[in-house]
Amino acid sequence: MNYNWDWNVFFKSTGIGSEIYLDWFVSGLGWTIAVALVAWIVALIIGSVLGVMRTLPNKLLSGIATAYVELFRNVPLLVQLFIWYFMVPDYLPESTQVWFKQELNPATSAYISVVVCLALFTAARVCEQVRTGIQALPKGQSAAALAVGFTLPQMYRHVLLPQAFRIIIPPLTSEFLNIFKNSSVASLIGLMELLAQTKQTAEFTANMFEAFTLATLIYFVLNMSLMTFMSWVEKKVRIPGMMGGAK
Amino acid sequence: MSMISIKNVSKWYGDFQVLTDCTTDVKKGEVVVVCGPSGSGKSTLIKTVNALEPFQKGDIIVDGTSVGDAKTDLPKLRSRVGMVFQHFELFPHLSITENLTIAQERVLGRSKDEAMQKGLHYLDRVGLKAHAHKFPGQLSGGQQQRVAIARALAMDPIAMLFDEPTSALDPEMVNEVLDVMVELAQEGMTMMCVTHEMGFARKVAHRVIFMDRGCIVEDCAKEEFFGNIDARSERARQFLSKILQH
Repeated sequence: MNYNWDWNVFFKSTGIGSEIYLDWFVSGLGWTIAVALVAWIVALIIGSVLGVMRTLPNKLLSGIATAYVELFRNVPLLVQLFIWYFMVPDYLPESTQVWFKQELNPATSAYISVVVCLALFTAARVCEQVRTGIQALPKGQSAAALAVGFTLPQMYRHVLLPQAFRIIIPPLTSEFLNIFKNSSVASLIGLMELLAQTKQTAEFTANMFEAFTLATLIYFVLNMSLMTFMSWVEKKVRIPGMMGGAK
Repeated sequence: MSMISIKNVSKWYGDFQVLTDCTTDVKKGEVVVVCGPSGSGKSTLIKTVNALEPFQKGDIIVDGTSVGDAKTDLPKLRSRVGMVFQHFELFPHLSITENLTIAQERVLGRSKDEAMQKGLHYLDRVGLKAHAHKFPGQLSGGQQQRVAIARALAMDPIAMLFDEPTSALDPEMVNEVLDVMVELAQEGMTMMCVTHEMGFARKVAHRVIFMDRGCIVEDCAKEEFFGNIDARSERARQFLSKILQH
């Protein structure tokens, strides 16, 4: 293969002010983090509520949560994004539509769409993990919680969820990483996150290999740091005398 | 005065009947031992008393409150009845002191100090004060079960339910738990105990109930149950001959 690698490309001027190509990557990374983190927080909240709902004795509530999960995890993420970005705005009330399509900065409307999409998609997956975490607990735990006089909400709050969340930290970690990787779909609706900036750099400079190598490296380092952070959290909340915890 | 009154209780899992027309009474200060072969419905019966197991027919009155009544505040009722489980069921993510205090604070609304004082008092009574700062996973089975008893006592229960409290323990640890239970019985606590520990039954029980296939087959005074074996039902004699042999 005859290719002239040129790593200096990132320090070359883009021709816009004093900007260099590396600045594009930094800004892209910023958007990636902004999308993924906000979507993750929302997904964690909605997913936990749904996960609890799936374990409730109430058939209607658990049925709603099950339907949600089946809907959101059986439709491709990209299809969901296009629905949220291209279709849903058309069904908003007139005034909201004008606001979303015309008054809002295009980057902001794309940002909102992708955050909503990723959050709701990931919530379905978080839901399943929270549900399995709760169901993995011995049945006697809920019996004991009820026996001391806890109400159903107290039982979840003080007994079931603190244990369930500890159990599911490893699968939650991989979901946390997934949301960062999945955020790259935003490039397809014009949000200039990391992947979009990479493609743009590749097109402007013709140094495609360097651009994608750098993007790969950034994603890799980002996810490795998140993983390290999560294993720190896991150690931090480990229960003494349990699951290999410190004696 | 009757503390727990079980009246014609029947329960089904689908088509399968697990309790058939069970009727019995536990008076204030009385210790009743429930025994019987596995699958006879003893655990199910004791769990209907604090509504951990629902039932379809009959009623149970605990200190004047109907368990079967849809209007009954079940959490409140349960907070007044202590329960000890076969597998201890301490909350593993909470320290021993938190296990002892959390329900006192969250359910009874006691202050942190009051709950702590009460919790430590009972922890001392079961001989485990030195372990207050530990977590359940760091204690032996017998110690965990004693903490579980202290946790129930800290709620100032009007009665205690024991669901095979020594069945999951190593033989060496059975006695430390039974000792606590004997003491409790001698102090006049109202107790309903599902157990195979016939030595315990002989020592402190007032009455013995024998169950088989969901029915209460025998319900009589301890002296009668153990002393007049010839008058027992065929099934009860069979059961006793098997567990009293060794």
